[in-house]
Amino acid sequence: MSLAARSLFRTFLQASATRGIHTTPRVEQSSSREAQRVTCTLIPGDGVGPELMYSLQEVFKAAGVPVDFEPYFLSEINPVLSAKLEDVVASISKNKICIKGIISTPDYSTEGELQTLNMKLRNELDLYANVVHVRSLPGVKTRHKNIDSVIIREQTEGEYSALEHESVPGIVECLKIITAKKSMRIAKFAFDYATKNNRKKVTAVHKANIMKLGDGLFLRSCEEMAKLYPRIEFEKMIVDNTTMQMVSNPNQFDVMVTPNLYGNIIDNLASGLVGGAGVVAGASYSAEAVVFEPGARHTFAEAVGKNVANPTAMLLCGTKLLRHINLPKYSDIIQSALIKVLDDGKVRTKDIGGQSTTQDFTKAVIYNLH
Amino acid sequence: MAVRLIKKFFNRILITDKNDSTTKVSAALSNGLGRSYSSGIQKVTLIPGDGIGPEISAAVQKIFETAKVPIEWETVDVTPVKGPDGKFGIPQAAIDSVNRNKIGLKGPLMTPVGKGHRSLNLALRKEFNLYANVRPCRSLDGYKTLYDDVDVVTIRENTEGEYSGIEHEIVDGVVQSIKLITEEASSRVAEFAFQYAKQNGRKKVTVVHKANIMRMSDGLFLRCCREMAAKYPEVKFEERYLDTVCLNMVQDPKKYDVLVMPNLYGDILSDMCAGLVGGLGLTPSGNIGLNGALFESVHGTAPDIAGKDLANPTALLLSACMMLRHMGLNEHADKIQAACFETIKESKYLTGDLGGKAKCSEFTNEICAKIN
Repeated sequence: MSLAARSLFRTFLQASATRGIHTTPRVEQSSSREAQRVTCTLIPGDGVGPELMYSLQEVFKAAGVPVDFEPYFLSEINPVLSAKLEDVVASISKNKICIKGIISTPDYSTEGELQTLNMKLRNELDLYANVVHVRSLPGVKTRHKNIDSVIIREQTEGEYSALEHESVPGIVECLKIITAKKSMRIAKFAFDYATKNNRKKVTAVHKANIMKLGDGLFLRSCEEMAKLYPRIEFEKMIVDNTTMQMVSNPNQFDVMVTPNLYGNIIDNLASGLVGGAGVVAGASYSAEAVVFEPGARHTFAEAVGKNVANPTAMLLCGTKLLRHINLPKYSDIIQSALIKVLDDGKVRTKDIGGQSTTQDFTKAVIYNLH
Repeated sequence: MAVRLIKKFFNRILITDKNDSTTKVSAALSNGLGRSYSSGIQKVTLIPGDGIGPEISAAVQKIFETAKVPIEWETVDVTPVKGPDGKFGIPQAAIDSVNRNKIGLKGPLMTPVGKGHRSLNLALRKEFNLYANVRPCRSLDGYKTLYDDVDVVTIRENTEGEYSGIEHEIVDGVVQSIKLITEEASSRVAEFAFQYAKQNGRKKVTVVHKANIMRMSDGLFLRCCREMAAKYPEVKFEERYLDTVCLNMVQDPKKYDVLVMPNLYGDILSDMCAGLVGGLGLTPSGNIGLNGALFESVHGTAPDIAGKDLANPTALLLSACMMLRHMGLNEHADKIQAACFETIKESKYLTGDLGGKAKCSEFTNEICAKIN
């Protein structure tokens, strides 16, 4: 009975999905589901990335998700094994979706370059907007409760421009580039996101009192964009004050829009508030493609092979991915299983106060899929 | 020359003590220089500041009087005056005063927007070459926040980095801001951090950087810290990325002890740490420079409650205690600080910002009573 109801529901959902915008490959789908499988690029990343990806794939397999992965090992610290950036970029451009672990960025370069592999990938694909949804999860003990903010970060310019030079020995200049075009673009993205997701407020984070021109430009762009969205409240906040407010009263924040470096800071800070790097999902958007990756970028390299990493963040990325490709049914199944496991609190990984392994956690999630 | 000057200062710097034994060791270390301080009455420049500044300065003065601290205040006004070059700046008398006394205490200053002169805080920083900003953040008993056992000191490079103020618009809509990192300034602040850790009985110095992204500039800062760490084998040294520190700080603040970092990161992290212990109204701050040291409260001028006897003088008082330690007057500093902590712990006379109803004068009187 329930099975019949479920499959009926699923067909209904998928049929309704065809009316959506992002559903190009899904016209003749009513009969065979095998025909409409989706291909997704997969970059396991460094550190515990491969372990987490394995967990994600297991869960997807168990849930019967019609997604095929196209794996590419991309790594900066392991250049010998790494796939070529062009191939990866081509694959993501083709599939339009990608799920990615964290690529470690060493503070030196094997090729004497200033740009990191992450930056190159983002620039190649023009993944300009990084969205991190920070939300308190049940069963994860934290100091603050009911946090629910979205941090939208510009990630193709600013401090991460990789333009640096040593004018004379011992004196280094590092350029931070802010352009009106990209600032407008991210501001628009933020307000669009807020509108689409029924959010009330957008906070622009800046340091325009010191960097009057650079951050000033960013702030002005946000202000201008705010005028076009009168139903969304707009406020601005200086970055140091933001961090202070964040640790003392994080519930006041809704959607935040930030330049590159501040976004990195706020992302991590907020992730810390809800339980750490293992439980926060994120995504990077370009006009064409989306790369889903954990929100706080830490490779957790000290835990490689120990089977202790928390796959929650990666599984949440997976559910976001499924929702993006219009498979909300699967997404909900996995998400509710995950929430159930966290809420029960019997199987917890080390970072959230338990002793269970990554594998145990994955199994528990699979067991709760229904 | 510069190096010698710094060393001279280090011998006197005793900003916060972790425990008594280290204070004694440090006091012994600074005996040679400290003697001249402890015998006679020292002059200290006082800049009361704007808004609530005068009230809280008066509170500090009153407490110091009660504790019979052997210093004499020299109050100066830093309202900008038009100099001979036609630009507005700090009055010469104020500059002379700090240069003469080598030590100052400053209340909050207002930075008027668009009045044609630079931020006074910035001007003071430039004038006295205040290259390191030190902010100890410690959880206070009696004022409960969500974070217990916070005890970190942030040391921030204060003269360059992102705040170099070099910016220009290349073409319409494209702005370039320059972050400047020099070996000289980086080594200077690194050396200060290690000296500070050593003299205050701290175990570990963490350099906070983003050298994986800014490979040359932060890389240079990191290298300078590494080189300095090699000279101080007794202090533990670790390197952490800025994002990692942010993440860990809110999860487990005990992981960190002394943090040293470039300008912007220091600005952000020091405010964040202040947030952990209850806000800027409770955190002292000191600026160490080549030409003197300036201790200040870093909160705003709070014009809405100015003159109403409602302000909380704790930050300025604790900064004043830092100043006393810097001058080698540890006994007085300890006494005043203990009285202040005790008053907050009892929670009988707390000001509005700490959730109490007491007036600034009542809070001050209670501290004075405790000192007696």
